Amino acid sequence: MSAAACNILSARFGRADGHRLDVYEAEGGYRALRQVLGGMKPAEVVELVKGAGLRGRGGAGFPTGAKWSFVPSAAEDVYFFVNADESEPGTFKDRYLLDYDPHQTIEGAIISAYAVRAKLAFIYIRGEFGWLVDRVERAVTEAYSAGYLGRDILGSGYSLEMIVHKGAGAYICGEETGLINSVTGLKGQPSIKPPFPAVSGFLGRPTIVNNVETVAAVPWIVMHGAQAYRSYGTEKSPGTKLWSVSGPVRNPGVFEIPLGMPFADFFHGQLGGMQDGEEFKACIVGGSSVPVLTAAEIMACTLDYESLQEAGTMLGSGGMIIVPQRADMVELIKVLMHFYWDESCGQCTPCREGTGWLHRIASRLLKGEAVPADLELLEKVCNGMMGLTICPLADAAVMPMRSFLQRFRDEFAARIHETAAPEPVNRWARGE
Amino acid sequence: MDRPDQVAADLSQAARERIAAIVARYPTRQSALMPSLWVVQDELGWVPPAAVAYLVETLGVTLARVHELLTFYTMFRTEPPARHVLQVCRNISCHIMGARAVIAHLEKRLGIRLGEKTPDGLFALEGVECLGACGQGPVLQLGKHYYENLTPKKADALLEGLRKGAPPRADTDRELEVGS
Repeated sequence: MSAAACNILSARFGRADGHRLDVYEAEGGYRALRQVLGGMKPAEVVELVKGAGLRGRGGAGFPTGAKWSFVPSAAEDVYFFVNADESEPGTFKDRYLLDYDPHQTIEGAIISAYAVRAKLAFIYIRGEFGWLVDRVERAVTEAYSAGYLGRDILGSGYSLEMIVHKGAGAYICGEETGLINSVTGLKGQPSIKPPFPAVSGFLGRPTIVNNVETVAAVPWIVMHGAQAYRSYGTEKSPGTKLWSVSGPVRNPGVFEIPLGMPFADFFHGQLGGMQDGEEFKACIVGGSSVPVLTAAEIMACTLDYESLQEAGTMLGSGGMIIVPQRADMVELIKVLMHFYWDESCGQCTPCREGTGWLHRIASRLLKGEAVPADLELLEKVCNGMMGLTICPLADAAVMPMRSFLQRFRDEFAARIHETAAPEPVNRWARGE
Repeated sequence: MDRPDQVAADLSQAARERIAAIVARYPTRQSALMPSLWVVQDELGWVPPAAVAYLVETLGVTLARVHELLTFYTMFRTEPPARHVLQVCRNISCHIMGARAVIAHLEKRLGIRLGEKTPDGLFALEGVECLGACGQGPVLQLGKHYYENLTPKKADALLEGLRKGAPPRADTDRELEVGS
């Protein structure tokens, strides 16, 4: 571990006792909750988190305190949701937080729920994380027994119920309105915004949805203050970030580093570079939905929201996929397009049909059945999807597609066969 | 009539009580539907028509709503599954790390293709999307747990263990210190 590693969020990662309530308490756990309930008004907690500059860690990077402040001040029946649907390919950090340190997220959720005056909180965990649902349910039960949840928490007069809700296999439920609809007992199809959930969400009431990693940072900010949090990271990207790193590097896994760290330092330090015999070709830095960068491009970046945006990509969820030289970019994009096609909820035509077209054309390329016009067609389909749908799933398919085409066009062009028959325009059959 | 769905639909008293507790806890009956479907599936392995009818009656939701959920969410099963459902991730990170070779190996060993069941009903092999274990890929989901960093050799050990009724410990089933 390099000196730049830090442990605001990851203090108990990798430990066999990190999930225990007594261990968490002995290491300062639930003191932030006592401090908040012992003398801070909800608005003061909102101001504190605003001051810390904490930004949503699920992907969008929206300022957390600002999101909280959108809840109308006179609102009753406010709901608070922790988004643990973690399904963005390349991302597995929330899993670590809930596995090794469930109480940190629970404490953060209670404080966050108090800040927005919620009376009921849900932790929505993707259904595939079966063992984690059990782990977090046990921890929530412990928190109830210790008086951190339920009626009149720690004698403060504040009451909060918390339910662990298990998803059942749908990427789209990670989108906040899709998640809310899922808990409502519906298909997890996103709703159009506005109204934003902070005004009208679950059951038509104000609802705040925050990512696990966002919520997990809150107790530390309460204990150490906004300035201490800002001492990590950059001015516009304060604090630390968990990076989930996959691909053939020497040390894949989850790492906490301050925002603004040069990629090259992280790559050579924490990740230990590529495995023997592997060469670094490309990097999808923020989960599969962000534009891919070449190895040379990412080597020149620092890991924060602004620098990555300037480089033409996004920090996203911090799901960093390291692509080796041996990887076939056409094959990878086909794998990704299958994913978006499979996960499109189907309510918006550009996404439902567009993801099918992208997948089909990528499959044609891979099978050697693509014609020159297909590359143009890919771009046309992308243009017909981007920004034209209720939620960003269509954009999430377009961004890798366009960037793969732009940066690795040779590999695509090499798959074109002048003599193959063009795809009939009226072919609506989906799939391969 | 001895239809399998009727036999299998016999929810235990404990399961019925769990559903009642969920209904009491959730703010609306509709919102209690998804966790109730999980109670059914956890007990029976799938959601048979008779259990659907039970939920329609108990929760007061429409039959169409239940079918919407059963068909939208990929983890709910409307047919009895194989005894062991092996779900291998084929998304980008696992793909880069060799998922295709593992899938091909499992297909060969089981004599079935992805998406099929063995004739004895013991194994099913399914390809799934990202499981959130990208740094440990290739990964396979079995029930509530994951087998990670899969190799053909590790896959063989898993199959052999399952056939003998003593599967190797899953990677997510890690050793935990018990609380005091």
